[in-house]
Amino acid sequence: MADKTYDIIIIGAGVVGSLIARTLSRYRLHVLLLDKASDVGEGATKANTGIVHGGYNAEPGSLKAQLNARGNPMFDKLCVQLDVPFERCGTYVVGVTPQDRHTLRDLYRRGKENDVPDLHLIDGPEMRRREPAINEDTVGALYSGTGGIVDPFELCIAAAENAVMNGVEVALETEVLDFVQDDEVVRGVVTNRGTYRSRWTIISAGLWADELMHRAGLNSFEIKPRKGEYFVLDRVASEQVHNVLFPCPTPVSKGILVTRTVHDNVILGPNADVIEDKEDLRTTASGLAEVMEGARKLVPDLDQEQAIRTFAGLRAGGNRGDFVIEIPEEVSGLVILAGIESPGLTSSPAIAEYVTHLLRESGLPLVDRPDYDPIRQDIPRFADLSREEQQSLIEQDPRYGRVICRCETVTEGEVVAACHRPIPARTYDAVKRRTRVGTGRCQGAFDTPLVIEIMARELGVSPLEITKQGPGSRFLQRGTKEVPS
Amino acid sequence: MRSLSCDVAVIGSGPAGLAAAYGARERGAEKVLVVERGGELGGILPQCIHNGFGLEIFKEDLTGPEYATRWMRRACDADVEFLTETMVLEIGESRTLVATNERQGLMCIRAEALVLTMGCRERPRGALAIPGSRPAGIYTAGTAQRLINIEGYMPGERFVILGSGDIGMIMARHLVLEGAHVAGMFEILPHVSGLRRNLVQCILDFDIPLHLSATVTEVRGRQRVESLMVSEVDGEGCPLPETEREVPCDTLLLSVGLIPENELSRQAGIPIDPVTGGPYVDEDNATRVPGIYAAGNVVHVYDLVDQVTRSALRAGRRAADHVRRGPEPAGRRIAVEAGENVRHVVPQHVHPQALEQHPFTLEFRVRAPLECAVYARVHADGETLVSRRLRYARPSEMIAVTLKPDLASRIAEAETLKVACAHA
Repeated sequence: MADKTYDIIIIGAGVVGSLIARTLSRYRLHVLLLDKASDVGEGATKANTGIVHGGYNAEPGSLKAQLNARGNPMFDKLCVQLDVPFERCGTYVVGVTPQDRHTLRDLYRRGKENDVPDLHLIDGPEMRRREPAINEDTVGALYSGTGGIVDPFELCIAAAENAVMNGVEVALETEVLDFVQDDEVVRGVVTNRGTYRSRWTIISAGLWADELMHRAGLNSFEIKPRKGEYFVLDRVASEQVHNVLFPCPTPVSKGILVTRTVHDNVILGPNADVIEDKEDLRTTASGLAEVMEGARKLVPDLDQEQAIRTFAGLRAGGNRGDFVIEIPEEVSGLVILAGIESPGLTSSPAIAEYVTHLLRESGLPLVDRPDYDPIRQDIPRFADLSREEQQSLIEQDPRYGRVICRCETVTEGEVVAACHRPIPARTYDAVKRRTRVGTGRCQGAFDTPLVIEIMARELGVSPLEITKQGPGSRFLQRGTKEVPS
Repeated sequence: MRSLSCDVAVIGSGPAGLAAAYGARERGAEKVLVVERGGELGGILPQCIHNGFGLEIFKEDLTGPEYATRWMRRACDADVEFLTETMVLEIGESRTLVATNERQGLMCIRAEALVLTMGCRERPRGALAIPGSRPAGIYTAGTAQRLINIEGYMPGERFVILGSGDIGMIMARHLVLEGAHVAGMFEILPHVSGLRRNLVQCILDFDIPLHLSATVTEVRGRQRVESLMVSEVDGEGCPLPETEREVPCDTLLLSVGLIPENELSRQAGIPIDPVTGGPYVDEDNATRVPGIYAAGNVVHVYDLVDQVTRSALRAGRRAADHVRRGPEPAGRRIAVEAGENVRHVVPQHVHPQALEQHPFTLEFRVRAPLECAVYARVHADGETLVSRRLRYARPSEMIAVTLKPDLASRIAEAETLKVACAHA
């Protein structure tokens, strides 16, 4: 494989890289999608609020505004094709102080400038009617009818799987160390697994975009990671929270949200904390307290006892304030994507289209593949099926009759399927993101030993080899009768 | 969908399920079916290979598997039927269960009476919101127990245990016996939350460093736990930054509380007591839905398996009565309330006229520990019915007070019963 020349190498299999791979897979191209992590979507994609934004927030005229507006309406078809949960449920920005009324009006005007459809200002009583648990001080809200919620890592996995179905190669645990570069021409990448040559190289590396750009000789761009911390609440909280609720935004962030997810959990967050270390995904006592306090400004009765998980993610914000998506003049053979922060998820399908357009303009021949199949089917979700469908699934494969995650009702059949998908799950977390195993209120206490056993069997390795999230994260250290090392 | 029917269906085959099924058969229910999601009977008991089970019921010091085996034998000898590796997905209308397994697929089980014995689960890390990273190497004590005692694998070499529940203390000792190092046990409260006997036999006897009024403030390590930051806490449980220090380890075990497992009950619309996390029950372990009974840790978390067994025998017998005699006339129901220094009482309500037939046991836990002579008292509308002197009262040890039938006339007209536990 190391001697093969690809038409395109994509560095970074987050939701943006994966959607670019999928979009390019409709053409007669040899595409390689690389990621240094053990699964796709392990960076900013997996720690994301999962909101498809209406588009009222972006600076009019910016690339963010343009791609948000273009990306949002693409979700309906995309998520049907990729079999990914998406709900166009509308979103609210809620004002709780008299000054917030002005902010809401400004946002409304900005939305109109951005041509955002279905935007409405509603008054406090109407907001309280729509979300009875909302802060009593609510003065009004901006409703964005085209806003919605999606599962960000399922979208990423689905896009990458569909790309693989259409001939894209994926190499995980493959870290780009350098470029193969002749003067000002990038001709491939040097990785920990060897050298891969290509005609075009696309940097969609999120937090690491700047370091790769610097290596290619593009020095002006810097990523400024901003950490966001979150709480995930038990499903019972969705009896209290039915909508996507934003506070009025601040200059640095859209603020701490309270939102239902497509899986009927509730998530709270994120705060925004500028940090230096791109691998610092630690939650902090102060950050979590800030998130809970912020969320309670919208829904005062939130119960921290309902928390089932906390996590943190890093936004890959840049020093230019807008998305940077371009073919640089200084170096050829390279497409750079940098500063893809919010509304990056919403924009992602439009970004993929935009990158394809840039490549076409630069002379890359794009010839349709006759056998391109845009349809990807998800693993059957036992919990979401009717009783009749469940029965027929068990008749086809009895392993769908054995429930191994009681909180989320995930069956052995689903875990087995996750191990044999177009991008096979190789870690517990990869199985978790594909099946929801361990994402419920017991957080894996019941399923973990069972999943380790099933994965070891399916992958043909010892249970000792099964990891949580790749090298260095094994669950088990030794057999009980072995001598400690 | 396959369809089955039975007199009494029991969900879960832990100590409560086995005893409920046995009790139902013993009282004359014809067909009693236990549905168990695991591959073997006994619930959590097969992984509890330590001793200390059965002291009250058998007057013997048994291990978990031995205790489970005794009740399995009794249940089997009484012709109780079992469906293993079968998960109940739903409790539907009129006590109809939907369940699934690999062999038969979906099935519908119609029962005249139902006993809920799903037990409890462990509180996970997320519920505590411990700051830091999210590496491999964080387990609940019970998951680690299963990995070691059932699967045969050590999940780490150098452990810290957060919380001082019984499973955590048992595991601390067991880890030492398996050749691992236990760097310490940290408990945010000023007292341990498990039983005194486990404190002595598992922690003190094994020289495990116990840190009371202390907690884990940060998890460190990207892929696997590398160390923990720990701090002493003030009287409010807030960490004192000047006391923070780092403890190197590769595994964190959590023993920070048990929660009755009532997802099925909630979804079936069975009213749940927010304090216990279990269904509201009466003196016979009847929930507020006719024909549905609940027993053992699904109602409230017990200290000892013997207590679980007793509550389940009662529930199983009443379920059989329900099948044989039909629903009892409801009668007047009065509330049992938690009074001074009492966190909760089970049952939450009783039927006064039923005391003429048989005694009631009121089970409760205190809020604050009292290390001196105390009185546990039951009042009916302010009048003291029972007063029991105890040497001490600790939140970790459930207290039971029995009301005998001779008190029936004194509660016949009462509005409420109240349980209190205070200094003598």
